Amino acid sequence: MNRIAPMLAPAGPAVDFSQDTIWISVIKAVAIMVFLLISVLFALWFERRLIGRFQQRLGPNVRGPFGLVQSIPDALKLVLKEDITVKGADKLIYIMAPVISVFCAFMVFAVIPFGPEVRIPFTDLVTPLQLTDLPVAVLYILGITGLGVYGIVLGGWSSGSTYPLLGSVRSTAQVISYELGMGLALVSVFIVSGSMSTSQIVSSQQQLWWSIALLPAFVVYILSMLGETNRLPFDLPEAEGELVGGFQTEYSSMKFAWFYLAEYINMLNVSAIATTVFMGGWRAPWPLSAINDGMFNEGWWPLLWFLIKLWGFMFFFVWVRATLLRFRYDQFMHFGWKVLIPVALAWVVAVAVVQGVRQFSGIDLQTILFVLAGLLVLLALVMFFIPEKGAKDKAGGAGSRALTGAGTPTIEPKKDEYFDAFAGGFPVPPLPGQQLPPSKRRARVTTPAAPETDEENSDG
Amino acid sequence: MTNPYIPILIMGGLALLLGVGGLAASAVIGPKRYNKVKVDAYECGIQPTPHAVGMGRFPIKYYLVAMTFIIFDIEVVFLYPWAVAFSELAVFGLVAMMGFLFLITVPFVYEWRRGGLDWD
Repeated sequence: MNRIAPMLAPAGPAVDFSQDTIWISVIKAVAIMVFLLISVLFALWFERRLIGRFQQRLGPNVRGPFGLVQSIPDALKLVLKEDITVKGADKLIYIMAPVISVFCAFMVFAVIPFGPEVRIPFTDLVTPLQLTDLPVAVLYILGITGLGVYGIVLGGWSSGSTYPLLGSVRSTAQVISYELGMGLALVSVFIVSGSMSTSQIVSSQQQLWWSIALLPAFVVYILSMLGETNRLPFDLPEAEGELVGGFQTEYSSMKFAWFYLAEYINMLNVSAIATTVFMGGWRAPWPLSAINDGMFNEGWWPLLWFLIKLWGFMFFFVWVRATLLRFRYDQFMHFGWKVLIPVALAWVVAVAVVQGVRQFSGIDLQTILFVLAGLLVLLALVMFFIPEKGAKDKAGGAGSRALTGAGTPTIEPKKDEYFDAFAGGFPVPPLPGQQLPPSKRRARVTTPAAPETDEENSDG
Repeated sequence: MTNPYIPILIMGGLALLLGVGGLAASAVIGPKRYNKVKVDAYECGIQPTPHAVGMGRFPIKYYLVAMTFIIFDIEVVFLYPWAVAFSELAVFGLVAMMGFLFLITVPFVYEWRRGGLDWD
């Protein structure tokens, strides 16, 4: 026990909460909730406004300056709407589900550090800008996110309707699949920072942000973050073309509002986790952090950097939504299980081995990285000399290979084969090489005309 | 505050209060106009097929994902304490964990090759 105790010490929080009385905690908790509610109202405006800009239109611009208060009447409207409970619903669970969703969404910010220790104005109290911190803070976050899935699955299940059920099982499969990628991406951060406490992870990024040092983990996290929050291009649970509204189809009024609120708070949650774990948390970005002995890393300044980073991620969410199309469900699951998870696993192994060699054998990081780079170059050279699989088979068709590129397999054209587009009962396009029989209508139109002008004639 | 979990309870209490309070507010403020069609399950303009809660069908694939998830989630949960105590557990921990990861990877590859991760 004595041997272990001093070793476990650095894994705990890096800030001191001993001065916090219960009232300070209550004030902080209320402040966080108000912050989240205002942020969601702002996020609604932010998203609509930005999407408008991306699509060459104005977006909301009537209520308040730049349409800023547009979200408030929108939110009030939901309270004033009729609360419908569908006939086939399992009443208790149907009502509980949105509360579970919103409850879990609010709980994550309890361990997010907004800043270092500050002195509360007009008093002598020094307290961290963080509600609380646990030695297992990130595990707690993942646990709460996992509980949040219950809101979705129970909401869809208890509606007693087809679309919500399908939406909820889809959403559950999606969230749990991408939670794995997310969880694995975080492992490498714990290895290098030696802690799960959020404040300790932030203080371990004094020299270098983990988003730079552990770039692959960061990329995996960013991608799973989109899947985790059911946002485009991964918004399959709400794919309105297929599932109407997904798990929230049968919900109205405040119950719907809670699901909606939970979705936006979850966006803020994952952005805040990304900020804390990968982007240095409340720490000022590099050139600023060097000014005047880290003046910008003290007092109330860090709150500003935290918010800038947080809204940077929120902007990324909107940007992705405006840019990318929705995935198909099989592509989505394929991406999660066959790309993100293996990459994340391989990265964990790589970080563990590099860190292990560095810590336990005394070789410094630079040497290891040089050796690894050498190995990679060697591997690339070897790959270069191994002939491509199946290259011999294609040797005959050199001309077609030049057209299609060396990597793509070419299908031999079957000119004489008759292609029946309606063979399966519905029309299918011809495969490469297959040709459609000439259309009867086209033959009828072009027969009297001269061959070189048939394009114009057939249109008229 | 010596116990770091008390603020979490406070936060939870407030969140629950807000959640339940919002529903109560809408139940009190919102109008109530009964309409037989309004409380029917949603269907695209036709009579909904009645089915009890939880009796709807969905593909078995989701169970497969859930089972695979459990295995991997346990793996992730085991990785966390090891990652935090990485320096203390030293070479023994590293080797043991790599062995564990290998043991998880073998069935993963098996499931992949047998098409357990395909959606068609």
